[in-house]
Amino acid sequence: MVGKGRGLNMTVTTGIGAERRAQLSTGPIARLERMIEIRGVEDAILKLFADGHVRGSTHTTQGQEAVSVALASVLETSDLLTCTYRGHAMALALGLTAESVLGEVLGRTVGSIGGVGGSMHLCDRDLGLLPTFAIVGAGIPVAVGAAIASKHFGTNAIGVGVFGDGATNIGAFHEGLNLAAVWDAPVLFVCENNLYGEYSRIDVTTPFEDLYLRGAAYGIESRAVDGQDVETLRREFADTIEAIRADSRPRFLEIKTYRYVGHSRTDPATYRPDGEKDEWLKRDPIALAEAAIVESGIADQATLAEVRAAAENRVAEAVRVAMDSPGPELAAMFRHVDAQSDI
Amino acid sequence: MTVRLRMNQAIGLAIADEMRADPTVVLWGEDVAAAGGVFKVSDGLIDEFGPERVRDTPISETGFLGAAVGAAAAGLRPVVEIMFIEFLGVALDQLVTEGALFRYLSAGEFPVPLTVRASAGAGLGFGAQHSGMLERWLIGTAGLTVAVASGARTGYGLTRSAIQSQDPVVVLEPRRLYAEREDFEPGDGAAIPLGRAEIVQSGSDVTVVGLGGMVPVIREAVAGADWSAEVIDLLTVSPWDRRQVLASVAKTGRVVIVEESPERGGWGTDVAATIASRAFSSLQAPIVRVTTPTVPVPFAPELEDRFIPTAAEVSHQIEALLSTGKAAAPWWEREGVST
Repeated sequence: MVGKGRGLNMTVTTGIGAERRAQLSTGPIARLERMIEIRGVEDAILKLFADGHVRGSTHTTQGQEAVSVALASVLETSDLLTCTYRGHAMALALGLTAESVLGEVLGRTVGSIGGVGGSMHLCDRDLGLLPTFAIVGAGIPVAVGAAIASKHFGTNAIGVGVFGDGATNIGAFHEGLNLAAVWDAPVLFVCENNLYGEYSRIDVTTPFEDLYLRGAAYGIESRAVDGQDVETLRREFADTIEAIRADSRPRFLEIKTYRYVGHSRTDPATYRPDGEKDEWLKRDPIALAEAAIVESGIADQATLAEVRAAAENRVAEAVRVAMDSPGPELAAMFRHVDAQSDI
Repeated sequence: MTVRLRMNQAIGLAIADEMRADPTVVLWGEDVAAAGGVFKVSDGLIDEFGPERVRDTPISETGFLGAAVGAAAAGLRPVVEIMFIEFLGVALDQLVTEGALFRYLSAGEFPVPLTVRASAGAGLGFGAQHSGMLERWLIGTAGLTVAVASGARTGYGLTRSAIQSQDPVVVLEPRRLYAEREDFEPGDGAAIPLGRAEIVQSGSDVTVVGLGGMVPVIREAVAGADWSAEVIDLLTVSPWDRRQVLASVAKTGRVVIVEESPERGGWGTDVAATIASRAFSSLQAPIVRVTTPTVPVPFAPELEDRFIPTAAEVSHQIEALLSTGKAAAPWWEREGVST
């Protein structure tokens, strides 16, 4: 039977996505460049919505770019990752191109699944990205299952569940963590605690802000780490993932971070306490990375200006490519519904 | 070789046969391993296949059904037991909003070969929260197949096909049939294709369409009648076999649909609407649906036994249709119990 017994894809992935992934291991400048690209793509997405080129909604993550870039820089393409509807950054970090993300957001054929998904539904099997989840917390048990499959096949791949602070109040979070602990699943839980679940600040929805305690409550080794310095965070992820691969047991990392924008494009985020955003802007991940690179002598300001300009030009070009891409033909809605229509 | 098995044993054999044939098949559920399942479907499987492939889960349907979706996307073929179909209510998201949509939302890159088995239906005194059929929660979900066993042979055959499927499949197991024995021949050739109905009995006066636990009731109702019924076991209720049903209606011109599910919003409405719009010129009489009343499943035996459509009610409805050319009122209206 075709496809029966197929295990995790352990073959070496080639192509532009794999190249983009590999770039993240080459050094701090490549990681800075990807963060700039992510910021640029998400700013462009908000503008595309504001200018009326897209209908529906979108959820961006300006301010949290270090998390996805640091994580992707230490994952293998055979690791399977679930993340949320706020997934543009994770997808771009894992290696999806700006064209495929922008194309999907716009509902065009150049999109990662040909435009049938939209902003909340990105995917790329070759890069280990499961379909992103528009239901809060739903990806958490799914990541546990992917980890169990990896264990069954005897591969060294791990499952990764990326979610926000808001997800720690839904049942799927608690059931997923409990299952990972009792089944010794090689899974990394990444909780991006940006202090806001949709429009509500954490103090009105959750009894405490240190969410790593919820991981610890399930007997999972759990820590909180700073989410703004990409290089420190990369080492935290690398150490944690190495530990998971070594003993095949779950770990939980709470990442303290912040999003500068509202929940979705229609949310002006006027509910934030005065000065809160200004404090976080002082530790902007892109600015921190630039300063560290200059301070350590890896590159000077002029070189960084070139890096920035190159990334911004690429984003502008990707917007043009996505806007020029046609929308899907009608037959596209009938494809991939089930095995019979999977042509 | 013909065997004589109870339905629970037959389904257990189907799982075992698939686990022997394919090392990626695993079984997860509450009490399925050490205890062999509360309905003894998986009795002995842990001894043959070990604790890595046959796993007891926490009472945590969202957790383990979600994990099964992820494991299926990553290459396993999980079979998940939901002890009572009502327990799926707390995990519906993982089945209909995640697993059923993964293929679509991955442009075909992440198929989800997942089997969800659940006991269902009334008749054993489990009360309102453990006795529904509830196929209505699932039918019409794109990407999801829903089948219902009607005995040991079909339980075996549907379960084998479900596990072999490249897409998520729910197989409902009418609980009161678990103990019923049937002779059948297991093996690879006994897999029953999903999406196809079976003609249980050919006939010319009326087509009687049933599903799951209603199939034995229909058999009893038509046995020895002086009219000729064509009995169809739908087997897969979503997507159901239009071709077979419409061909039968073209032959008989009359249809009685028998459902162990409330009248309002039942699967029979879809079957009836399709027949009415696509085979109207074949019809010699109104389409009749025999259903339960639209009430929760009652506990007391004298209530529960009437809640489920009886053979007497099915034969009354068929005979009224044949003799008057009209649909008779349901028993609760005829007997003045309710309007």
